[in-house]
Amino acid sequence: MVIDDLMEIAAKEKAARKPWVVRCCMAAGCMSSNSRGVKEALDRAVKEAGMESEVEVRGVGCMKLCCQGPLVQIDNEKPGATVEVTSVDHSPLYEKVTPEDAASLIGTLKGGKTSVESADPNQPFFTGQMSIVLANSGIVDPERIESYISLDGYDGLHHVLREMTPKEVLDTMIKSGLRGRGGAGYPTGLKWATVAKTPSAQKYVICNADEGDPGAFMDRSVLESDPHSVLEGMAIGAYAVGANQGFIYVRAEYPLAISRLHTAIKQAKQLGLLGSGIFESPFNFNIDLRIGAGAFVCGEETALMASVEGKRGTPRPRPPFPAESGLYNSPTLINNVETFANVAPIIRKGAEWFASIGTEKSKGTKVFALAGKITNTGLIEVPMGTPLRRIVEEMGGGAPDGGTIKAVQTGGPSGGCIPAHALDTPVDYESLSKLGSIMGSGGMIVMDEGTRMVDVARFFMEFCMDESCGKCIPCRAGTVQMHHMLTKILAGKATIRDLEQLEELCDMVRNTSLCGLGQTAPNPVMSTLRFFRQEYLDLLQEDTLGPGATNPPQKTVPAAN
Amino acid sequence: MAARTFTIDGKLVTAEENATVLDAATEAGIDIPTLCHLEGVYDVGACRLCLVEVTGIGKLLPACTTRVAEGMEIKTDSERLRKYRRMTIELLFAERNHVCAVCVANSHCELQALACRLGMDHVRYDYTFPRWSVDNTHTLFGMDHNRCILCTRCVRVCWHIEGAGTKNVSGRGSHSHIISDLNQSWGSSETCTRCGKCVMGCPTGALFAKGVTVSEMERDRTKLEFIVTAREKKQWIA
Repeated sequence: MVIDDLMEIAAKEKAARKPWVVRCCMAAGCMSSNSRGVKEALDRAVKEAGMESEVEVRGVGCMKLCCQGPLVQIDNEKPGATVEVTSVDHSPLYEKVTPEDAASLIGTLKGGKTSVESADPNQPFFTGQMSIVLANSGIVDPERIESYISLDGYDGLHHVLREMTPKEVLDTMIKSGLRGRGGAGYPTGLKWATVAKTPSAQKYVICNADEGDPGAFMDRSVLESDPHSVLEGMAIGAYAVGANQGFIYVRAEYPLAISRLHTAIKQAKQLGLLGSGIFESPFNFNIDLRIGAGAFVCGEETALMASVEGKRGTPRPRPPFPAESGLYNSPTLINNVETFANVAPIIRKGAEWFASIGTEKSKGTKVFALAGKITNTGLIEVPMGTPLRRIVEEMGGGAPDGGTIKAVQTGGPSGGCIPAHALDTPVDYESLSKLGSIMGSGGMIVMDEGTRMVDVARFFMEFCMDESCGKCIPCRAGTVQMHHMLTKILAGKATIRDLEQLEELCDMVRNTSLCGLGQTAPNPVMSTLRFFRQEYLDLLQEDTLGPGATNPPQKTVPAAN
Repeated sequence: MAARTFTIDGKLVTAEENATVLDAATEAGIDIPTLCHLEGVYDVGACRLCLVEVTGIGKLLPACTTRVAEGMEIKTDSERLRKYRRMTIELLFAERNHVCAVCVANSHCELQALACRLGMDHVRYDYTFPRWSVDNTHTLFGMDHNRCILCTRCVRVCWHIEGAGTKNVSGRGSHSHIISDLNQSWGSSETCTRCGKCVMGCPTGALFAKGVTVSEMERDRTKLEFIVTAREKKQWIA
């Protein structure tokens, strides 16, 4: 494979393009509401209309407005167009399409009318977005590498291997200001440079696709919609740090992502974009999949590596950090899916372009999975620094049925609840941590007035309790006790002394736990205590009056999930 | 091997460059409480009792897995550390059924000794009273899961000293427990060499040697009669 071959594939792909492209979402969200049936019906409808030579029905990845799926959109290519994405006319985004709607949708190509409801592509949900990671999502066919190549895919890898030294790649990454999208926000370039500088004959690259936060589905969408962008990012990273073997650790609960990754890796190997002597350079790189068995803690990097090695997935103390001694005691570069998906665009468009997006300390965009009590559930990608209010009220459309937003939970079980009065906070690493939450991997759960914050805290504590690996005492036994105390508070059986004890335990578990899971497990409790303390106090018994003279125990409602 | 000079609790100490803080402290006669540490096997940093404060580092560091560095200022004792350590022990007591009075390891127990040393006069958390079983199927040894603190010393000596690989951890969180082979009864284990290292390594009464236990608990029938009749005969008041 040389650059000419790559260009030939792209040219062939573009030449074979038909004037109409009917894109049908084939990501897990829409597939769960029968988008496969819709696609088959669309194929049949095209055949029946005799338009096979003019219309391509393409299964694509996530089209973002997940709550309205299955989604279908039709592109009409302008005559003489050369670039696919910008020079086509889009139809409205058809919502909740059923197989019965297929004929009328295809009929619109001949000027017919359809009764299928559609979303306005000019509403804030779409116009407020800025796509880097999701640029190809909903456009490329994730099961055909040619589709990715026709959109400059693997161009970045070629550029890196043939025109850049590893040092130049590292400098580009540092200059771009990209920070880890897994949640902690460690500067990616710095991490890469550490791995590159650690001498070793064997190094590894790992992609952490063990997305486990309740309500988060960004990484799944990226893998299902554009798997090659992750492979390309990993290969570029491997070249920069000097690794020749990569692993993608993906959770078994994502069967579609796993199957698309299998397909993508196979296709990339067939074309020589993975393997030995890639682009006729001395660079060798292979990627293997490792399937997680459903443990949240395996998203923690040291536990993840233990799991890849076939051991029990429990974390170990750091240092040594994976960059020095990771998988099989070799220096290991481990990044999140979204981080790797940012790499190829940075190489293609330059570090300056990337650094011009976002805030001073948080560059680029961030993908969020909007979920909970919000009108538009789905995926959004916004520049760093976008105020939360714009995300949940303008783009998300606020709470459904005229409800009021009470709080926004970010960062999953490690994060916190941001109260409605702080919604003007810009979304970046520092601002969110100032509020006692974290950026996290991108789950954003919106809660309305019907949500009781103590319930929310207990929900996340139950999650942490169930997912604790059991290695260290504060997390294993502490989460059990914290969960017990929260249950007691909710049952109206606790006093102010229990609350004090809960706070003391939160502090202890945070400061003494071995890994991030335990250290952040108290966060949902601490942040709800900080902003919604009165809700806790209202549930307490009067200590002085003794049992009996208290608020009656209130009925609990399940936490938002 | 180069030496490193640093201070522990204000005391100037030197140690080899690869030494851990715990090694250095022990050598200097400073006793840091531990439970999962066992001389001779590698450390896992799991019990969190040996956490120390190091000047300039925001997080508490486990002494057993932290290497010494030149100029380090280490504090092994403070109000905060004492509080955390006491809470850790309290959590352990609330987690399983640690009843010293009926335990084979009573007064030979590291958990009990640490509780005394750290001044744990009572447990402020609600006991969870889990239902754990006792595995008495082995001919020589027994395992009482009620007394297990999951320090994994037995697992480490079994794998890395004896090389048998019988003991392991199964389940997660509070459901974690020590298993033999593929979660079968210890007595049916084909890999166990009956070396007894796990029993020797256990800090509590979770693992015990059957013979020794039985001889310790030899019944004195005359005592039984005394207990039954002493009240009537008012023999309690000497």
